[in-house]
Amino acid sequence: MIRVSVPVRQAIARLVLPLLIAASFGLMLVGKADTVIAERARIALSDLLVPVYAVLSRPVGAVHDAVEAVRALANLHAENARLREENARLRRWHDVAMALEAENLALRAVLNAPAEPTPGFITARVVADTGTTYARSVLLSTGPRHAVTKGQVALDQSGLVGRVSEVGSRSARILLVTDINSRIPVQIERTGARAILAGTNGPAPRLQHWSEGQQPQPGDRVVTSAQAGAFPAGLPVGTVRTGPGGVIEVELAADLNRLTFVRLHDFGLSGILPPEQVVPPRRRGGG
Amino acid sequence: MAVGLPRRTLLQRLDLAAHEAAPAALTLVLVLVSCLPALVPGQPGLLPSALPASVFFWTLYRPRLMAPPAVFCLGLVQDLLSGAPLGVNTLLLLLLHAAVLTQRRVLARQSFLIVWVAFALLAAALLSLGWVLRSLLAFTLLPLMPALVELGLILALYPAFSWMFVRVERSLAAP
Repeated sequence: MIRVSVPVRQAIARLVLPLLIAASFGLMLVGKADTVIAERARIALSDLLVPVYAVLSRPVGAVHDAVEAVRALANLHAENARLREENARLRRWHDVAMALEAENLALRAVLNAPAEPTPGFITARVVADTGTTYARSVLLSTGPRHAVTKGQVALDQSGLVGRVSEVGSRSARILLVTDINSRIPVQIERTGARAILAGTNGPAPRLQHWSEGQQPQPGDRVVTSAQAGAFPAGLPVGTVRTGPGGVIEVELAADLNRLTFVRLHDFGLSGILPPEQVVPPRRRGGG
Repeated sequence: MAVGLPRRTLLQRLDLAAHEAAPAALTLVLVLVSCLPALVPGQPGLLPSALPASVFFWTLYRPRLMAPPAVFCLGLVQDLLSGAPLGVNTLLLLLLHAAVLTQRRVLARQSFLIVWVAFALLAAALLSLGWVLRSLLAFTLLPLMPALVELGLILALYPAFSWMFVRVERSLAAP
């Protein structure tokens, strides 16, 4: 070890803090200017931590399941009655669906229209909720040989959750639809009017930029739109409601508070235009 | 190491290293644990990390065990893990560290209540600065309400963290 005199050592110690503060500003600039480096660093850390989380989240999940089981026992009777009623209703819908499917097949045969391919999906476990006040994302444990790619659509059992934003060698990060950087093209199922679903970091994302004269009404169902080529059309997102201050919000169908497994769909869409089709924006004078 | 002292054995040195790394390691574990899902159902992203409380406590009572590089690394891990803009947490925590260092001699002798109030003032100032910085980095005005909720939670949880850190600190002080 290099021996330095006490005053020199004290001087170095006094310099460390200002240097590190300057380094923080440097990090802010680097993170803003070169997102690739920041992304690589994040992926490296997630890859490192995901095995740890995969182990740690199991006991937590087990405790959670036990609490749920006790709660389920308590209202077993009411739940049973509700399920019977729902089952009866679903049986009717099942008959309708079967009839419609048969009719659909017959019509397709008449028109010679090919059936739409059923997209394949991967199921992955959510091991960490890395959300903070300023960013909403979750980490997935994907296993070492996975087929997860950036831009894939993530759904839970009832609706859209977000998109894969970073992929590592055994982890992936999903940017939730509630994140302030999330913008998703959607349409109102009833009217077909298009809008943008913008995250606010709050529990309910807002609707923006809808077509003029086609204001979404509370209770309308919102589904994804294939407008930007980023999403397949018709995935369930949620229902419109009026939030505080008259803001048009969407109550998400997915339960982002209790994500345990997500389905990652690969619809074979590129998500963004290929690089050669993107025209660089003209530089404004002086900018 | 003073000249007169006998050479330490390997085990003694390991023990010393473990003592010195304990506060930072404990804080790292708390940061990682705060990301476990289903820990606080219904409150995603609202569980504030133990970082401000920990950096404040250890800088106040054991500044040597919470050196600036450790503070920097802890902030960086939190930034990388949350996918938020890099550098904000590191800067805020280093500023907190610096602010506590200047007031250490006065503050360390005060009662818990006064220390808590001091923490509240510092945390409020830092979280406001954080909100401004993040709004600047995002080029938009971020909603204020979640930031206030976060501040409230950080302040409310401080006594619990402080209680735990005092236990750890006493075990470190014992030979």
